[in-house]
Amino acid sequence: MTESAPRLLLGLFTGFLFGFFLQKGHVAKFRVIAGQFLLRDFTVLKTMLTAIVVGGIGVYALKAMGLATLHVKPAQLVAVTIGGLVFGVGMVLLGYCPGTGVAAAAEGQRDALFGILGMILGSAVFAEFYGIISTSIMKWYDLGPVTIPDLLGVPTWTVLAALTVAALALFHQLDRSR
Amino acid sequence: MPPGSRLYPEERELMSFLSRRRWSPYAVGSLIGMLSWFAFVTADRPLGVSTALAKTAGMVEQTIAPGYVAANPYFRKFAPAVDWEWMLVAGIFLGAFVSARLSGDKPEAQVPRLWQRRFGPSRALRYAAAFVGGVILAVGARLAGGCTSGNGISGSLQLAVSGWLFFACLFASGLATAFLLYGKEAELD
Repeated sequence: MTESAPRLLLGLFTGFLFGFFLQKGHVAKFRVIAGQFLLRDFTVLKTMLTAIVVGGIGVYALKAMGLATLHVKPAQLVAVTIGGLVFGVGMVLLGYCPGTGVAAAAEGQRDALFGILGMILGSAVFAEFYGIISTSIMKWYDLGPVTIPDLLGVPTWTVLAALTVAALALFHQLDRSR
Repeated sequence: MPPGSRLYPEERELMSFLSRRRWSPYAVGSLIGMLSWFAFVTADRPLGVSTALAKTAGMVEQTIAPGYVAANPYFRKFAPAVDWEWMLVAGIFLGAFVSARLSGDKPEAQVPRLWQRRFGPSRALRYAAAFVGGVILAVGARLAGGCTSGNGISGSLQLAVSGWLFFACLFASGLATAFLLYGKEAELD
């Protein structure tokens, strides 16, 4: 079951870069995350949307070259909707999400440390109810691993191009209004 | 001799870039996007964090009741063990630590000012709220099948319906929660 040492080191290296970038981007800060949800500071949105656009173009290009396989999660409409709504409440109360919480703890924020302990407990609680949830809520309106191009019947690159243009327009607007 | 003066100019330039306190969100976003190319190609995995925390819960429970964990349907599907994703999370801690050290970036006040103005200076209250927030967050992430990284970024960049739906719901409820907690007039600093 355990993975090879090189693969574990690869995970550590990838995570190191991820944590370095999150810290440099100041997205692991309470003020920045709360500021995003109060619509005062758009650092989080700019960072995430840029990652999505750049990541998406690259991953679909790599897939076209046969170098990458997609890992699309099932569109369990009810479970994802409830999960997302619950997650938003927790994220604002805590002030971090899982990845930025770990980065904030590394910066020395003690509230993030308590948040991580809470996340571990919350996961354990969920695991207790997984049997019921996975055969009910997670089955309701489960469209399977579909993508937006599948759903709309539009070519992937059209969606990526539209997304890129929309993101650039939004960034332009956000940077102008400041 | 000032620190760094024994370095070549190019090295000094690199060091000053790495020790800069803040990078532009577009630069950081692009780097995270490229990092996910790297993860897909080298590990055949999207970037994600919350599953590793769930596996940690399983590892803790295993030390107390191994038979119980072995029979749990969640842990049967997501075996509680140190894997690529768990090491990714350990790496996030190290990377953020090194970055903060290189730039001398100090943590915010232990009770953030925004919080303090609304709920007072009590550390215990802040830590309790953070703990409860963490519990809620984890339940949400598990229901949705991932967190901001696994669903929000990795899902959305694959144009997954689940990723975009998660993103929209998380933002909607986050906005409502933030305005309820702090109000329109809240001062960030």
